[in-house]
Amino acid sequence: MMGVSGLAGDPAYPPHEPMMPPLPLGKSGATLVRGLNKLGWHWWPSDSAIATVEYEGRAQCINLGHCTSGCAQGAKASTDITYWPAAIRAGVELRTRCRVREITTNEHGMASGVVYYDADGVEHFQPAEVVILACNAVGTARILLNSASARFPGGLANSSGLVGKNLMFHPYARIAGYFDEMLDGYRGPGNCIWSQEFYETDRSRGFVRGYTFEFSRGQGPVMAAVHGMQIGRLPWGAEHHCAYRKLFCHRTGMVAICEDLPEEHNTVTLDPLLKDSNGIPAPKINYTLSENSRRMLDHAVARATEILRAAGAQDVWHEAPIPEGGWHLMGTARIGTDPARSVVNEWGRSHDVKNLFIVDGSIFVTSGGVNPTRTIQALALYVADSIKQRLATLFD
Amino acid sequence: MGSIEVMMLSADQCRSLRCLAEMMIPASAEYGVPSAGDDAIFGDILQSVGRDAGHVIVVLQTLDAMSGCPFADLDPQRRDTIAARLRETGGEALAYLTRIILQCYYRDDRVMRSLGLEPRPPFPRGFEVEQGDWSLLDPVRARPKLYREAD
Repeated sequence: MMGVSGLAGDPAYPPHEPMMPPLPLGKSGATLVRGLNKLGWHWWPSDSAIATVEYEGRAQCINLGHCTSGCAQGAKASTDITYWPAAIRAGVELRTRCRVREITTNEHGMASGVVYYDADGVEHFQPAEVVILACNAVGTARILLNSASARFPGGLANSSGLVGKNLMFHPYARIAGYFDEMLDGYRGPGNCIWSQEFYETDRSRGFVRGYTFEFSRGQGPVMAAVHGMQIGRLPWGAEHHCAYRKLFCHRTGMVAICEDLPEEHNTVTLDPLLKDSNGIPAPKINYTLSENSRRMLDHAVARATEILRAAGAQDVWHEAPIPEGGWHLMGTARIGTDPARSVVNEWGRSHDVKNLFIVDGSIFVTSGGVNPTRTIQALALYVADSIKQRLATLFD
Repeated sequence: MGSIEVMMLSADQCRSLRCLAEMMIPASAEYGVPSAGDDAIFGDILQSVGRDAGHVIVVLQTLDAMSGCPFADLDPQRRDTIAARLRETGGEALAYLTRIILQCYYRDDRVMRSLGLEPRPPFPRGFEVEQGDWSLLDPVRARPKLYREAD
């Protein structure tokens, strides 16, 4: 469906064959590899949901460099050009700008549908034989908690008391080096290579689990200026131009995606006062960065600095945790076989409500030190297959 | 410069904003680039204020309050002092204004050319990026597997 580019043979993963050739290494990648190979550390071209050859009607990547703000070429496999068109062709009706208030249940304790507000604030009831939630760890928990009733006083699907608990994010460190040589800058997809040298647990490091380095290529002319000014490397006045030319196309680096662990005190609850514009109680988030994650971030910054210095960086900058990213929402409706310790069973069905399924990041039991979208997709497809294979006994 | 956004600013505020933009990014003969107060760039700034108008006005009001008169009417030395204070205390509103100025400056054709860039959008022509030498992976290929087997 998505189409993945990459290169076979990565020793960090079981054998698999990517569908398309890898994204180009470019000047930035080659520079970073110089450092990684000097240190003898793992790296590999990233698996990327970016078409490097024509794929199912999508044109190949032409290195526009604007992956995160939308791909004009259609090479990036965002769901608006992959899953949604296929689903709509198959008969799915997509209702946009709607907001679900609650899942209703019938006298048998089964989900009977949802109450939602449309864009004009008009309330509707949508009856359903099966309800599937895909609202991620804040939205899913919020709806379940807002669906409390006499039969389910602690919220729907919450006999374990774990709905809204174990909220996880991805603490990110960002590290960048400034080089004398010209690098890719604005050209090419943001990602090119990754390293999982520090992914698995090594207790001598002072923390459990680990992180992935995802290397980025560079910045476009505006971003180089905005970010340069934000971090105090780009002055006002006559020195501006000279300083800018040392930043633009001379910077590359990485983020470290740290594996946050489940802790029950990190929660999504309902705010007792705050409501949205439809009057639906708002979610309230309590989260404390753990000492384990803090140590992981420190380790990542230190190792990344070694990579960049070994690659020839004249100067290194870092920020950890970054404030604007890594807010992947996971863990608040965990998957498991024990109804006392999990919200959904091993194929995504609520332990308590047998026609209610969850297919988003809330069912994660740990965050993994990688971006979560591919795992969410894999779980959603797995749950969908499970439903399909069990149609005759789905509600048993 | 006849946009709705221009109408939100008084003539004094427009002069002060232009003055501030020129102080942020002055012209450079060495690099052959205009200042951010250049007619075309400043026009783009005014057109681009859009939803951030509230922040821009906050900055300009702060600037005039610090100055005790329209900022643009100060002598250059006093402007430097006030601008330095603004940088210290301008906070989020100044960050919004700074982004607008930088965005408009670094998409100007003359500025892009001075940086060696073609003054064009990335799409539809795209850019060339060298594929690279995948033999650099040889030492990694020689390593044993790093992953854990599933239980």
